[in-house]
Amino acid sequence: MSEYSPDVVRKLEEKANQMRQDIVVMVGAAQSGHPGGSLSAADIVAALYFNVMRYDVKNPKWADRDRFVLSKGHASPVLYAALAEAGFFPRAEIITFRNINSHLQGHPDMKKLAGVEFTTGSLGQGLSGAGGMAIAGKLDKKDYRVFCMIGDGESEEGQIWEAAMSAAHYKLDNLTAITDWNGLQIDGPNAEIMNVNPLPDKWRAFGWNVIEIDGHDFTQILDALSPESRVEGKPTMIIAKTVKGKGVSFMENACDWHGKAPSEEQVKTALAELCA
Amino acid sequence: MAEKIATRDAYGETLAELGKENPNIVVLDADLSKSTKTNVFQKAFPDRHFNFGIAEANMISNAAGMATCGKIPFASTFAVFASGRTWDQIRASVCYPELNVKIVATHGGITVGEDGATHQANEDIAIMRVLPNITVIVPADGIETAKAVRAIADYKGPVYMRLGRSGVPVIFDADYDFQIGKAVVMREGTDVSIFACGLMTAQALEAAETLTAEGISAEVVNVATIKPLDVETIIMSARKTGCAVSAEEHSIIGGLGGAIAETLIDGCPVHMERVGVPDTFTESGNPKALLDKYGMTAADIATAARLSIQFKQECI
Repeated sequence: MSEYSPDVVRKLEEKANQMRQDIVVMVGAAQSGHPGGSLSAADIVAALYFNVMRYDVKNPKWADRDRFVLSKGHASPVLYAALAEAGFFPRAEIITFRNINSHLQGHPDMKKLAGVEFTTGSLGQGLSGAGGMAIAGKLDKKDYRVFCMIGDGESEEGQIWEAAMSAAHYKLDNLTAITDWNGLQIDGPNAEIMNVNPLPDKWRAFGWNVIEIDGHDFTQILDALSPESRVEGKPTMIIAKTVKGKGVSFMENACDWHGKAPSEEQVKTALAELCA
Repeated sequence: MAEKIATRDAYGETLAELGKENPNIVVLDADLSKSTKTNVFQKAFPDRHFNFGIAEANMISNAAGMATCGKIPFASTFAVFASGRTWDQIRASVCYPELNVKIVATHGGITVGEDGATHQANEDIAIMRVLPNITVIVPADGIETAKAVRAIADYKGPVYMRLGRSGVPVIFDADYDFQIGKAVVMREGTDVSIFACGLMTAQALEAAETLTAEGISAEVVNVATIKPLDVETIIMSARKTGCAVSAEEHSIIGGLGGAIAETLIDGCPVHMERVGVPDTFTESGNPKALLDKYGMTAADIATAARLSIQFKQECI
């Protein structure tokens, strides 16, 4: 395991904390949205946008940029929080999330918001889209990386496994996917609704380079996302064990917070906890 | 007898030519490249041909991803899979973000023949044209196909093009100027307007010949672009003749007939008869036998034209 300076880790902790606050504010203001799976993904998305990925806020279509596809599009608040923090749009606008005329649609819309690389929301499609971007990168002999986050519940979609096959078949070692393995979906635990396990074995069997991490440990996250963790000729799948609702105690590991907005009082409680 | 060319053959040849001219063109297939004729492109440009195996949904979303990087993906499979199996991918990954993906579906309609109902796409035009941002094209012969393939490669945006399996008579000249969104009056007439697409345009021309012998002057309009529809040409023709017939190798619900009816009711309500596949699942058989059984021959178009004229006269 690599050593990262305390400054690097502290900076990412601060970014992730700010993003979690924004997620709570956004979903609270909209009185709709998906806080649980946004909070579980926050640390990984923070690492991508504030340490790992190469991009230019002033030139969002820069051909050599790294790309991030949020295949689990309902976690749009975590993406919007990262894009606001990175400077793609003013943070003040997060309170327009899910409102009429906002560019912050319920699920990410690449036509409405710069920095969104792929329109997602219908589960299972984003990983295929990321595969297409990785193929294009190979054709153009570019060295950009493509990152894609999927959900564990999303892994129940057949298209995920179609994409798993083709990414391995076309040897897309410029593609790194992350499974946000928080174990819960709308109707209950994955294990009860539709068992997706054993996830790591499945991805290995499909020909991927599989890395298992704690999705809230920045040292492990940075190690897994680093270029050195890749294997030539294979796409990489990082299976990140996470806690749904992470950072807001009353939301943690509770299915109910998959797609429910906190009340004004609950927003205050959550923010007080995050700011403590 | 006119020369016959399958529109899928014209597609394969043109695609390979385009491959030489534009390095951004990439071709995707789902284990049917020999049938869709993308194998012609594959032989010439193996590095730009991607077979996704029997996984059409993944193929379409991959095409969308490639389009975000400036590629011009042509994704092909049979029409029944290219429209039905991938509808949500086309909707969410292609049309909503308005990405530059060309879905070229071969084996449209009942003339797929012997494979039977599972493989006969009689609903694809309806379920594609309802999607915002998409352009839907059904060429009538090999020449129109070749021109249309070039036109959609130059056009930026989602396209669904529907081609056929069997040979169809060549009805256009080599210097025909195809334009997306432009219907073409193939034969002028004053008594009835026949709006047709795909292999039914040749049948409509034959029907017009039959009607001429009876003293009926039928106008035949080839409506290759079903979306966006050439409203002006359609309304002008219907105003002139006062009654209409639609003819398509597709369900009489929601396809060309549906699109024409929507247009006429807005701009020039006249009586209209629809020739096409009735609201039923069709069956195995050779293409000719199927067209006969399901009422889609030149004679059926002529009957519909007479009926439409009769309605017009009764209403006067």
